[in-house]
Amino acid sequence: MDQQQRSSSGYSHSPRSPSSQPYLSVSVTDPVKLGNGVQAYISYRVITKTNLPDYQGPEKIVIRRYSDFVWLHDRLFEKYKGVFIPPLPEKSAVEKFRFSAEFIEMRRQALDVFVNRIASHQELQKSEDLKTFLQAEEETMERLRAHESSYFKKKPADLLQIFKDVQSRVSDVVLGKEKPVEESNPDYEKLKHYIFELENHLAEAQKHAYRLVKRHRELGQSLSDFGKAAKLLGACEADGLGKALTELGAKSETLSIRLQKEAHQLLMNFEEPLKDYVRAVQSIKATIAERANAFRQQCELAETMKLKEINLDKLMLTRSDRVGEAEIEYRELKEDSEEAARRFESIVRLMNEEIVRFQDQKMIDMGRAFHEFAKGQARLANNIADAWRSLLPKLEACFT
Amino acid sequence: MMGSENEAESQLFASREEMENLVLDEPSDNPNGNGGSKSFSDYRSVMSSLADTHHPLSPPLTPADSDPLLAPQPYRDLRNPSLSHDNNSYIEPPAYADVIFSPFDENTGSEINGIDSPGRSSDSSLSLSRSPSSSSDYIKITVSNPQKEQETSNSLVPGASTYVTYLITTRTNIPEFNGSEFGVRRRFKDVVTLSDRLAEAYRGFFIPPRPDKSVVESQVMQKQEFVEQRRVALEKYLRRLAAHPIIRNSDELKVFLQVQGKLPLATSTDVASRMLDGAVNLPKQLFGEGSTVAPQDVVQPAKGGRDLLRLFKELKQSVSNDWGGSRPPVVEEDKEFLEKKEKMNEFELQLSNASQQAESLVKAQQDMGETMGELGLAFIKLTKFETEEAMFESQRVRAGDMKNVATAAVKASRFYRELNAQTVKHFDTLHEYLGLMLSVHGAFADRSSALLTVQTLLSELSSLHTRAEKLEAASSKIFGGDKSRIRRIEELKETIRATEDAKSVAVREYERIKENNRTELERMEAEKHADFSNMLKGFVLNQVGYAEKIANVWAKVAEETSGYATDSA
Repeated sequence: MDQQQRSSSGYSHSPRSPSSQPYLSVSVTDPVKLGNGVQAYISYRVITKTNLPDYQGPEKIVIRRYSDFVWLHDRLFEKYKGVFIPPLPEKSAVEKFRFSAEFIEMRRQALDVFVNRIASHQELQKSEDLKTFLQAEEETMERLRAHESSYFKKKPADLLQIFKDVQSRVSDVVLGKEKPVEESNPDYEKLKHYIFELENHLAEAQKHAYRLVKRHRELGQSLSDFGKAAKLLGACEADGLGKALTELGAKSETLSIRLQKEAHQLLMNFEEPLKDYVRAVQSIKATIAERANAFRQQCELAETMKLKEINLDKLMLTRSDRVGEAEIEYRELKEDSEEAARRFESIVRLMNEEIVRFQDQKMIDMGRAFHEFAKGQARLANNIADAWRSLLPKLEACFT
Repeated sequence: MMGSENEAESQLFASREEMENLVLDEPSDNPNGNGGSKSFSDYRSVMSSLADTHHPLSPPLTPADSDPLLAPQPYRDLRNPSLSHDNNSYIEPPAYADVIFSPFDENTGSEINGIDSPGRSSDSSLSLSRSPSSSSDYIKITVSNPQKEQETSNSLVPGASTYVTYLITTRTNIPEFNGSEFGVRRRFKDVVTLSDRLAEAYRGFFIPPRPDKSVVESQVMQKQEFVEQRRVALEKYLRRLAAHPIIRNSDELKVFLQVQGKLPLATSTDVASRMLDGAVNLPKQLFGEGSTVAPQDVVQPAKGGRDLLRLFKELKQSVSNDWGGSRPPVVEEDKEFLEKKEKMNEFELQLSNASQQAESLVKAQQDMGETMGELGLAFIKLTKFETEEAMFESQRVRAGDMKNVATAAVKASRFYRELNAQTVKHFDTLHEYLGLMLSVHGAFADRSSALLTVQTLLSELSSLHTRAEKLEAASSKIFGGDKSRIRRIEELKETIRATEDAKSVAVREYERIKENNRTELERMEAEKHADFSNMLKGFVLNQVGYAEKIANVWAKVAEETSGYATDSA
């Protein structure tokens, strides 16, 4: 994680800093397959190193599984509306892929990043749920997980509906059609449009990045096959030619291995960050939906309150005995309405901060990903050049 | 295979236009909104083309003649004496990146492929592109201008059938040809005739196999694609013939290339008419009666109806050979030859495998280049988007970084494609030699059939002698002789003499073919050595050169983004 970012967010993450400095450092490690058959799952070790008073000891280790991370994510999403909750890696994969070493490692890395982002976020790091997640015993987590799934789980259908609404509203605004119950904030409209477009562009880039990984693997494979064939052909031939072919084949096989290695690096250091970027944008979309919700609530309550006010005045004029009742109702409604307004404003405020942070963070994240990508490609190309170059004098010798 | 080659090539080359449109300007332009819009006009042109074509990096095939590199040069027969082979294509380091010049320059494009090591010598002065310095003989054949023509003959069916003729142009400085540049029109049937006559006249040689006859309906025959494929194949074939040191001097080839109008070579007649006169001629053929058929013709391999009876005899002979019924007087005793044949089979097997894997490698390289290019384009779109919609400085910075990566990716993609174009040419050697194997099989078959003829004649002789002995023995028992028997003995003795002559001719022919086999094998070994050497060196050199170029491109970006590097990396 980025040093610069950490220092701006309250807690340091280096356990080596002076003990007077508050620090909170988390790592997700050691994936282990547990259970059997259909019930099998991966568990991770989550190690927390901290000197914060609310936390237990300098170090605490707990065992968590993917659904625990989902629990944490959902809780944060509920509580911290307006904040861009760090995204989780995808839920399920194709069955046979689910336990492949590569998938597990990718997921572990993504989960590690997830928790660390929460721990270094100014607001989120104060969360009680985070404390629970990092400290509670496994049985407690299990109970919470089960409880959560029955109450607080938003049905996917609802979310989808919200997304659709937001999307249609965005396009309406873009097309110039105004609809009621909608923020008329041009900057915000611009942001929404930007986010939706960004997702499309990023998804395409990520798709090609993934394909590039595949191409590396394919090139590696064909180099290996070709190398074998060259060696076999070399065995048919006498002296110089035979030797040359054999050497060529061997070199080809060596490079094949190098390419497979690079494919893996490319996947972890370039494709994953791009994927992560896409997820982050999707998380922002969810926040946008929440904001729209909050705005609508605020408006509806404000409307209802006005109506109630009118009604109350009417009742007061007619000296109805229902005035008292109506007054209470009105007051409650007023409180709710003010609460809704506060919530909405909070979301707006948070989002404004979040978007700046997001852009900054992504500049760094992508900068790093680009750097790794370029470095990797340069290294690969140099290795290839060196390997083939070393063959040239041998070829020369074979053919004189 | 040929088709896919051209496809790959055209895709590789034609997309150059697309790539060139992506102005790969150095990041000197400021990434701010105003300045950025200038450089994006080119990106826009790319993006609009993205809209129309199905795939930006594989635009429609350009016609062959507009792109010099699409003109088929599969055979590297660069007989142009003006093409001086300088030595800069194969030198030692420092950087091959500098040496591997842009291949889109037509002259150098062909040069890169025919990389000659100045130090290597070549025996045969008339070999392909191998020894530019030795011989000044050259002959270049081009096949072009396919045209439809009508069959003017008395066809029973009204509405005469059409066929296609091709213009065969020859440029040469060999004195045996009349003139230095000339052209004739030939149809495919003429080529078949040429090939058949060559096969008869040059038994034992590794004669390049002619293009396949196609069993397709006449509608397809006329299609542009088919005609073009055939044109390419014919050109390849004729160039190979011209490259063969012996065959290029053949009368058959000379006549084919030069004589205007109808091709004055005996056509291969159809089986039916042969069968008709076969039954009549055959006994004369084999027994030399009336010498209507010269012994030389006897030694031609039996074919078709004419030689029906002879075929039966030879079949009987080969069966008896195999079953060891009568001890064959001539066996394929040449162990060395048998070994060579074994080796050849093994070589062919491995060559076929290597050729296949080479194809896969080429495809993988091409895919890599394509995907890299697509990635670059996707990033360019993103960059443009971010820059246009930027609300924060961080976005502009990110867009700037991204542009560097995109530019590098597009450059790298170009290099991959260039590399691949060269690789395709180098690996052509493998495919060529695979084709050569067919010729080798043919030459070996010539030898076997010549041997069979000898053996047939030998056993004929032996049975004739036996009959003669029996007759003499019977006749001697009668005092004064038996007039009819004596006459028969005389006739038999005539037959024996004729058969003896035929046998001598056959043996001579067999020996001749054996010698041809031997010299051809030697020639092939030497050429193979040279060709494969070129291929391997060329391939490796290209890999080095382009890898260096690609490395440079990425090293620059790594440098530019080094500020983001983490300690843990």
